Amino acid sequence: MSDSIMSVNNLNFYYQGNVHAVKNMSLPIKRHQVTALIGPSGCGKTTFLRCFNRMHDLYPGHRQEGEILFEGSNLLTRKDIIELRSRIGMVFQKPTPFPMSIFDNIAYGLRLKGIRNRAELSDRVEKVLKQAAIWQETHDRLKQSANSLSGGQQQRLVIARALAVEPDVLLFDEPTSALDPISTGKIEELMVSLKQEVTILIVTHNMQQAARISDHTAFMYMGELIEFGQTETLFTNPSEKLTEEYVTGRFG
Amino acid sequence: MNLMSEIGKRKAVNLLSLSLACAAAGLGLFWLIFILADVLRHGIAYITPELFLSEAAPPGMEEGGLKHAFIGQLLITLFAVLIGIPLGILGGTWLAEYGRHHKLGRFISTLSDIMISVPSIVIGTFVYAVFVKPLGHFSGFAGALALAIIMIPVVLRTTEEMMGLVPWEIREAAFALGAPYYKVILQVVYRGAATGIFTGILLAIARIAGETAPLLFTSFNNMFLTTNMNEPMPSLTVTIYQYAMGPYDDWHEMAWAASFVITVFILGLTILGRLIIRWKYKN
Repeated sequence: MSDSIMSVNNLNFYYQGNVHAVKNMSLPIKRHQVTALIGPSGCGKTTFLRCFNRMHDLYPGHRQEGEILFEGSNLLTRKDIIELRSRIGMVFQKPTPFPMSIFDNIAYGLRLKGIRNRAELSDRVEKVLKQAAIWQETHDRLKQSANSLSGGQQQRLVIARALAVEPDVLLFDEPTSALDPISTGKIEELMVSLKQEVTILIVTHNMQQAARISDHTAFMYMGELIEFGQTETLFTNPSEKLTEEYVTGRFG
Repeated sequence: MNLMSEIGKRKAVNLLSLSLACAAAGLGLFWLIFILADVLRHGIAYITPELFLSEAAPPGMEEGGLKHAFIGQLLITLFAVLIGIPLGILGGTWLAEYGRHHKLGRFISTLSDIMISVPSIVIGTFVYAVFVKPLGHFSGFAGALALAIIMIPVVLRTTEEMMGLVPWEIREAAFALGAPYYKVILQVVYRGAATGIFTGILLAIARIAGETAPLLFTSFNNMFLTTNMNEPMPSLTVTIYQYAMGPYDDWHEMAWAASFVITVFILGLTILGRLIIRWKYKN
């Protein structure tokens, strides 16, 4: 019943110096679901995630093979990266508020898209701040610097900023690893509620987190996809021995 | 017993080194305050409206002033700023962004550090050789060029360092929203680095405002008011030098007054720079 928004086919990724970081991965990304990527440090989760919005294009020397089908074409060979990145947003490990006001942070992506009308900007800023469950805390201080917010608030602000450009997919790279448990809980709730609007891919080191919020989970080890399936199945009845050992905490 | 004498010894050594350190600090501070107080005390007595409003008069006449030197100094500094700041900021931007991983970038950074400590008179003679000599005359432009060359490495390194302090993740976040690199630099990185760069510019201006040596070979001096940058141009610092060396009492008075003005100006800029830094770190 849930169709795929993207499909990864035989993806290989090499860093400078021919370091093979992602090895022949293939998996579907289901629309309006949360897909979690788990695995020990250095297994290539983040490298894999950063292929989706072509973040690797910022750095020289890498090489990629295979394809990620998105709306009928391979996004790895698209020319218009700027358009692609406004469709596939990203939230990083550490909060990345821009050195400007809360309002301008959210409006940044909108202005990039050419929206200049004050009233429209205000409306959309309010809408996404509510969507990201941070309107209550920020509505009376929109002109203040985003750096005045706490770490958890900053992370929700950054999620709101990514939502403002109305992406189809949001990539999360360990979004809660720098946050306290209460902020983490809020962000997890937020991600689950966002499923109606966007498709979510999340890299996490926290297996409980993957189990709590994701519908599908991919387990990676040393650049390879070991197992991919329904989260519940993967955690309770994995088909690979390696997966079982990892999710029960015997290594990694 | 043994323990007590050990502690007593430590206390004595502590007292000795503390006294030496305090004495050294006091000696340094004494001369600093002496110089500042002397300049301020002598200078303030000769600050009159005429100083700013009249041009040079023949020695011995009452109504002489230094209007020509003030205007010359302002023009030379203004042009130095117009040349030096854009070049410094653009160069620093290249180093911090595009040249970050280049060997050439590191080379230029190191070269700028060396340039910062080159004696300013060397830069004066350099501009004399490549600019004044070929054109055949001293000019305000040559003075501005020399001061700009002194400014560029200071502004360049400050810009590079301040932009380097903006975390790389912030740039990636802007890229991830679909921003092209020039917009990331203009709208995000410059905003994060603005206070630091501005402070660096203030301190660079303070640095060149007190330079005399590079102007001796370039803008030289002029007893008359001129706004033509292509002519020899008076400056406060060279005028102070000339008047202080001169035989007339009223020249000496005006040199004191000019020293006062330039000291207060540089002190003001430096204090402003410090205040901005402190304000920035408080937020």
